[in-house]
Amino acid sequence: MLDLTYETPKPKVIAGAKHDWELVIGMEVHAQVSSQAKLFSGASTKFGAEPNANVAFVDAAMPGMLPVVNEYCIEQAVRTGLGLKAEINLKSAFDRKNYFYPDLPQGYQISQLYEPLVGEGEVLVEMGDGTARNVRIERIHVEQDAGKSIHDMDPNMSFVDLNRTGVALMEIVSRPDIRGPEEAAAYVVKLRQILQYLGTCDGNMQNGNLRADVNVSVCRPGAYEKYQETQDFSHLGTRCEIKNMNSMRFIQQAIDYEARRQIAILENGGSVDQETRLYDPDKGETRSMRSKEEAHDYRYFPDPDLLPLEIEQAWVDDIAANLPELPDQKKARFIKDFGLSDYDASVLTAETVSADYFEKVAEGRDGKMAANWVINELFGRLKKDDRDLRDCPVSPEQLGGVITLIQKGDISGKIAKDLFEIVYTEGGDPAEIVEARGMKQVTDTGAIEAAVDQVIADNPAQVEKAKANPKLAGWFVGQVMKATGGKANPKAVNEIVSAKLGL
Amino acid sequence: MSIDQGTAAKVAKLARIQVAEDDLPALAGEFNNILGFIEQLNEVDVDGVEPMVSVTPMRLKRRKDGVTDGNQQEKVLSNAPDAREGFFAVPKVVE
Repeated sequence: MLDLTYETPKPKVIAGAKHDWELVIGMEVHAQVSSQAKLFSGASTKFGAEPNANVAFVDAAMPGMLPVVNEYCIEQAVRTGLGLKAEINLKSAFDRKNYFYPDLPQGYQISQLYEPLVGEGEVLVEMGDGTARNVRIERIHVEQDAGKSIHDMDPNMSFVDLNRTGVALMEIVSRPDIRGPEEAAAYVVKLRQILQYLGTCDGNMQNGNLRADVNVSVCRPGAYEKYQETQDFSHLGTRCEIKNMNSMRFIQQAIDYEARRQIAILENGGSVDQETRLYDPDKGETRSMRSKEEAHDYRYFPDPDLLPLEIEQAWVDDIAANLPELPDQKKARFIKDFGLSDYDASVLTAETVSADYFEKVAEGRDGKMAANWVINELFGRLKKDDRDLRDCPVSPEQLGGVITLIQKGDISGKIAKDLFEIVYTEGGDPAEIVEARGMKQVTDTGAIEAAVDQVIADNPAQVEKAKANPKLAGWFVGQVMKATGGKANPKAVNEIVSAKLGL
Repeated sequence: MSIDQGTAAKVAKLARIQVAEDDLPALAGEFNNILGFIEQLNEVDVDGVEPMVSVTPMRLKRRKDGVTDGNQQEKVLSNAPDAREGFFAVPKVVE
């Protein structure tokens, strides 16, 4: 169905002191499922509640409490899997990942190590320069989030809030197919876009609803191709995992820093230790989380509180049949049906809200003109006011009305911009405004002729010059447009000026 | 499989259980007894037999997505050794 073909982007090359190095990156993205209640309890997932208000006894790990799975969360993870063209495992199972931390009252996280709900899929990551990388997804599993520790409220104590404990997460694990910091950020952007289209995660990174762990290693040019041929990891360097990043900018900075750190170690004859690191945005560096080293032995085992999760193919088929149009499809359709450029289609399909807005404006009108108005005029105006399309004062019907008036020849492009500003600041129906304020383009040749005659009569010297040099006719056109307040139809003015001057 | 003293010490540490150095040999011995007992199961031929996860033929229970619980901050915190301003208060844990 998609006829978009792309070149593969070039891997990022970092020049070391001795030779060139390439980056190899794999990502684990944690996406919070958009659900009312938690994965295994009936407590709310709402952000910003009083501390420990959204906590059931299951979340607080009170003895004797049993988890009962929220089937909507499972459905959302299946939907996400289908959106990433992944295989859905009709039988999966929950495992316990054991570690101790104050914000994990159970002493384990319920996750899916051995039998994840979703298997292999893929994400097409476009780089905006006509290249795109197909990043393979290894798996998606469903797991519980941990609570939140706050360290700055007391000099000697940490404060723990369990509101987040037990909220459903989808951990989306990629293969090491990402080859540079920009690609890593573009991958997260694309993944977030797909999740938002599917409605399975709101993608709010500031609230931590989407976070990424990044695995970075470096290798000499040529080694990665050997890995891809054989899928043998020994061709790649030792990786370090940078935990828990929730900004595209930090992801890129952290990868760049980490790659250079590893290159410096290797070029000095050392070896990279496989470890978990933390990015410090203030210092712009990654540092080792030593405390995590020993805890890495998670002693996974099947959760005895939960039977395996068995779902029906018919249920999966039903979810598949109700998937919305996804970004790649929508973009291809916009290019094909509305004749948009790749760039304009990308901008408009970045979010469903902008795509929906555009489609309403473009319906029954010129698609390219509609795209131009939405992207340049509307988005530009909103940006100037630091506003979002979600609280846009101009409805798609109003903007469509402006475009209809241009297409009908009622107003010129210049007047249309004035009209748009009126609609934006004052509201109202564009056609009525044009009528009430006399903004209609003058196509009445009688009125235009009178204006032309007047200009000619007032400027006999210019007339002589124009007769000698026909290029000067433009000056008369300008004068007539000025005299009519820009409302005269420029084409009609041109013709009449030429005729009257006898050119 | 045999558990030596080092492994016993590691398991104790992962489980956050303090075991005196002197007690490690006995602990390792107990682990080995348990594992030895369980290893008898390896004598059973289970080739081609699907693992049994439950003795009752039932499906995993599911819940609908709705808020039915929570709003009990006081109860949740009531067993905490220390709680302040609605939070559990614990010794400082900073990365």
